[in-house]
Amino acid sequence: MITKVLMPKLSEAMETGKVIKWLKKEGDAIKGGDVIAEIETDKANVEIEAFGSGLLRKILIGEGGQVPVGELIGVIADPADDISKMAAPAAAAPAAAPPTAPPAAAPAPPPVPAMESYTSVPETSAVVPMAPTPSAAPAAGGRVKASPLARKVAGQTGVDLRLLQGTGPGGRIVRRDVESAAESPRPAAAAPAASAAPARPVPAPARPQFVIPQRTGAEFEDRPLSSMRAIIAKLMPLSKGPVPHFYVTSEVSMDRAWALRAELNALEGQPKVSVTDMIIKASASALLKNPGVNAQLQGQSIRVFHRAHIGLAIALDEGLITAVLRDCDAKPLGQIAVEARDVAERARGGKLRAQELSGATFSISNLGMYDVEEFSAIINPPEGAILAVGSVLEKPVVEDGQLRVGRRMKMTISCDHRVMDGAMGARFLQDVKRLLEEPLRLLV
Amino acid sequence: MAVMTYREALNLALREEMRRDPRVFVMGEEVGLYEGAYKVTQGMLKEFGEKRIIDTPICESGFTGVGVGSAMLGLRPVIEMMTFNFSILALDQIVNSAAKLCYMSGGQYNIPLVVRGPGGPASQLAAQHSQSMETYFYHVPGLKVVRPSTPADAKGLLKSAIRDDNPVIFIESETLYAIKGEVPEDPDFLVPLGQAAIRREGTDVTVVAYMGMLYRALEVAEELAKEGISMEIVDPRTLRPMDTESILNSVRKTHRCAVIEAGAGFAGMGSEIAAEIQEEAFDDLDAPVCRITGENAPMPYARNLELLKTPSKAKIADAIRKVCA
Repeated sequence: MITKVLMPKLSEAMETGKVIKWLKKEGDAIKGGDVIAEIETDKANVEIEAFGSGLLRKILIGEGGQVPVGELIGVIADPADDISKMAAPAAAAPAAAPPTAPPAAAPAPPPVPAMESYTSVPETSAVVPMAPTPSAAPAAGGRVKASPLARKVAGQTGVDLRLLQGTGPGGRIVRRDVESAAESPRPAAAAPAASAAPARPVPAPARPQFVIPQRTGAEFEDRPLSSMRAIIAKLMPLSKGPVPHFYVTSEVSMDRAWALRAELNALEGQPKVSVTDMIIKASASALLKNPGVNAQLQGQSIRVFHRAHIGLAIALDEGLITAVLRDCDAKPLGQIAVEARDVAERARGGKLRAQELSGATFSISNLGMYDVEEFSAIINPPEGAILAVGSVLEKPVVEDGQLRVGRRMKMTISCDHRVMDGAMGARFLQDVKRLLEEPLRLLV
Repeated sequence: MAVMTYREALNLALREEMRRDPRVFVMGEEVGLYEGAYKVTQGMLKEFGEKRIIDTPICESGFTGVGVGSAMLGLRPVIEMMTFNFSILALDQIVNSAAKLCYMSGGQYNIPLVVRGPGGPASQLAAQHSQSMETYFYHVPGLKVVRPSTPADAKGLLKSAIRDDNPVIFIESETLYAIKGEVPEDPDFLVPLGQAAIRREGTDVTVVAYMGMLYRALEVAEELAKEGISMEIVDPRTLRPMDTESILNSVRKTHRCAVIEAGAGFAGMGSEIAAEIQEEAFDDLDAPVCRITGENAPMPYARNLELLKTPSKAKIADAIRKVCA
C-alpha cells in the first residue's frame, strides 16, 4: 500500500506551505495517525498526520522546502512497493514555489491504492510536447523575472529585486531598472549640487561648526518578508480597501472589574483571569444579545451567527496571528481563561492546530499591555467587526459632581458598514460596557 | 592600397601565393579555359599554364579526392567548387579524408588543402543552389571554415588559408564578387584565421553577422542609430575556429546580442554563439540572445518568396529593437 504525503491545505488563503521539520526519518515505521512532520502555513506552524501505514520510504521535500498545496512531499509505502516513479518529481527542488498552483483536490486524501496514477505522470514534463502545460504561471508568481545582468548589478548595489517593477519585455527587470533604483534613494547626488550653488560670499556663522564624524555601517537594510508578514500585507488591503469601516469608541469604568479580577485571582486552585478574558466573555455575551454585530456579509445575504467564536489577536515577533476560541458565549470565564492562555502559548511556539486558525465570528485585539489609550483595528474578513481595546488607566473621574481617581479603559469597535450601522455598534458597546461595569454578570 | 573588387582580390591572392610557392595549384570545373564560372581565375591559365591551372570533369568527389591525395604528397591544392552546393558530392572526401587524415595517420600527413567557391543565397538560384553550406562544415573537427565579407579580407584570408597546413573551407559569395574595397597590395598582407573584426562600434547591442547579412546589418545600424540604438557589429570572418573572445568582449560591453544568419536557424551559427555567450557571459546578459535567421524552408525560386526567406532589413531592425527593449 502506497500513501502519498501531500502538502495539506490548512486554510482558505493557504497557497504554499513549508516543511519545517520531519519528525520521522526515511525508513521509520509509520502508523496511520502518527504525527510525521511540522508544516509552516501562511500563518502558523501545524503538525501533520500520516493517513496510511508502512515505512516512510521517501522524503521529497526536505526541511525548509516550500511547495504549493497538494504537492507530493513524501511517500509512505510497504518495503516491497515500487515507488521509483515518485522518487524524483520535477517539483522537488524549488524553494520558492509559484503561488498559482493548482488547487489541491482534497487536503486529506485517503491512501491511494494503486500505482496507475503515478505511472501515467511523465517523469519530466519538459519532453512532452503534446499537452501545453501552463508554463506561463510560474513566471507570473513567485519567481522574480530579472535578467542575469540585473541580478548581478542588484547583488553589487544591494537593491532588492522583489521591490522593483521591471520595464523590460514581459515585465522583466533589466539593468536600467536596478540602476535607477540604486540611484534614486541616495540624497548624496543632490547635496554637492546644493553646496555648489551659492556663488555669493556668505558671512560664516560665528558659532563653531558641528561636524558629524564619518558614519559607518549600512544606511538601511532590506529584510525579506516572512511568510506571515507577506500574508498580512496581502490580506489587510483586502479588508481596509473594499470593506467600509466605521468606528465607535466608548470608555468603560473598570474599577469593579479590576477588583473582581483581584478577588478571583486570589482564589486558590482557580485559573488566573486576565482583563482580556473578561472582555472576551463580555463580548461573547453581548454578541448573542446583538446578533447584528455577530454577522458577516455573504454575497447577497448576511450570515448572522448564533455562537460567539472569538478570534484573539496574538502578537508574535514576526507579526500577529488570530487564534479562535470557540463557543465563548457558552463557556464560563474560568474556561475561557484557561483556553486563552493555552492558545497564546502555543501560538508563540508555532503549535496551533489548523482548526484554531479560522472560523471566528468576531475578533478582539487588546494592546492594553503597551500603555495605549485607544486605537482602531482593521476588520479581519469575512468577520463583520473587531474590538480594539486600550489600557486600563488611572484617571481623574467626575461622578455625581465629585472628583476622584478611577480606572478607565477605552475600547473602539470597527464595524463593516455593509452589514451593520452605527447604532448597532453603539448598542453592542453599551452592553459590553455594562457587563464590565457590573462584572458579576460575567459569572452568572 | 588599391581599390578593387572582391573577385579581383581573390584573383590577386591566388596569383601571389602561386608566384610565392610552386606547390600551390588550382583545380576545378572551368577554372582554366573559361577562366572560372565567376571569373575568379581570370588570366591565370595564361600566367601559370595547364599544369597549375587544371580543368576537371564534372566530378566533385573525384577532383576533391585528387586534391586530398596531392596534399598528402606535399602539394598545396586550391580546389574550386563552381558553387559550394556541389561540395555535397565531395563531402566524403572533405569530411572523412581531408579533415581526419592528420589525426588518423598520427600526424604523418598534413592536408594543406583549400576548397573554395561561392555559397549562400544569391538571386533566384532556387532551393538547390542557394544554401548556406558553412553549417555542414563547421561542425567537423579538423576543418577550418572561412567566410570573408570584404575584398581585403577575401585577399588576406585566402592567402592565410593557402599557407595553412590544414584543410580550409573557404566560402565566398556570388553577391559580393562585384563589391569594391581597398585592398593592400603588399604580397605579405595576411588576415589571420580565427580573428573577428569589429565592423562598427556601438554600445547597446552586439550584432554578429557576416557576408550579405553583414551589409544588411550595417544599413540597419544607420537606421536604428536615429532611434538611439547603438549597434556594435562583429564580423567573425572565420567561423571555425571562432573568435569567441571578441564576441564575448563585445557582449560584456553591450550586455545584449543578436546573431544574424541567412540560412535556417536550427542548429545554426546563432545557436552556437548564443550557447557560448550564456555559458561564458551569463551574468553580463540583460536580455536573451536573439537569433535572426532565414526561414526554416528550402529557398523558393519565386522572387517575392525568395525575399521572404532571408532576414530582411525590416525583420532585422524589428528583432534588434526587441532585444534592446
